[in-house]
Amino acid sequence: MSKDTQGILWEVFVQSKPGQPHRHCGSVHAHDRELALQNARDVYTRRNEGTNLWVVPSNYIVSSSPEDIGPFFEPANDKIYRHPTFYIIPEGITHM
Amino acid sequence: MANNAALFNYILRLADTNLILGHRLSEWSGHAPYLEEDIALTNVALDLIGQANSLLIYAAKVEGKGRTEDDLAYMRNEREYYNSLLSEQPNGDFAQTIVRQFLADNFDVLLYESLSKSTDETLAALAAKGLKEATYHLRHSKAWVERLGDGTEESHTRTQNALNQLWRFTGDMFAMNQDDKELAKAGIAVDLGKIQSTWLKNVEQLFVKVKLSIPAEAWQQSGSREAKHSELLGFLLAEMQHLHRTYPEAKW
Repeated sequence: MSKDTQGILWEVFVQSKPGQPHRHCGSVHAHDRELALQNARDVYTRRNEGTNLWVVPSNYIVSSSPEDIGPFFEPANDKIYRHPTFYIIPEGITHM
Repeated sequence: MANNAALFNYILRLADTNLILGHRLSEWSGHAPYLEEDIALTNVALDLIGQANSLLIYAAKVEGKGRTEDDLAYMRNEREYYNSLLSEQPNGDFAQTIVRQFLADNFDVLLYESLSKSTDETLAALAAKGLKEATYHLRHSKAWVERLGDGTEESHTRTQNALNQLWRFTGDMFAMNQDDKELAKAGIAVDLGKIQSTWLKNVEQLFVKVKLSIPAEAWQQSGSREAKHSELLGFLLAEMQHLHRTYPEAKW
């Protein structure tokens, strides 16, 4: 296999409107921060998707692993009282 | 209007340079050094072809002979094309494409800044829109000139070779004929002599920073203002116009 000359991998986060959270939308290759930002702009915001961009070197992302599914997430399944479903929401409140 | 033919010709020059450079960049599609750069170069190509399209629509209107933007793009021969000599230069290696783009983007930013104040409202509006695109194009080509010039020995050599090869075509971008001078006096066209020193200062600044030297030879090739081109343009037009000329009614 030939040596990879595309640079390292960066994760791309796009903010669609001011005030909205940045959402992960994919990744790009680049050799440095400025070109990572430009590549992200060119690959992910060509169709007017964004007002702001973050790029983060992929190796800075700390991820849980598939084996963690049991201990990490399953205990939440039977704690229905953690969901605010027992409250009566007054009429007229739309965003809950 | 006092001199419609002069204005028509001036708009063609703006449109053709964008169209030809856009076509050149589109030749990278599927061949760029890596995927992201492939998309970046074709994005720039699309911006330039979009600018050419708007300008040709306006040119056709100014001419007033019922021709369309497609007629102007696909049915003119090389001696009727007014694109800059720089724009038709071949892609060469990646360094040559990037240096060509950097020289052209610096020019476009200054041209559009000035043209956005034109007394011709359509040209002013198109220039204001083009300026945003050109500003991004320059950011991209500048980033690459910095990295290639300041990179490895090979990338530096290739970038210097590209500059040696292309420098002689830069003076042609600033050429003005008598009609251009009159349009500039009327506040319609850009007085290119006024932006040339700023252009030189801007490109030189970056070249010095990354130890690239502008060739000492003073000789400059000219001719695009009289629609005189190298043989390169004929081949480019043959490819670009082939489909339309073979199937004039083709739609997609």
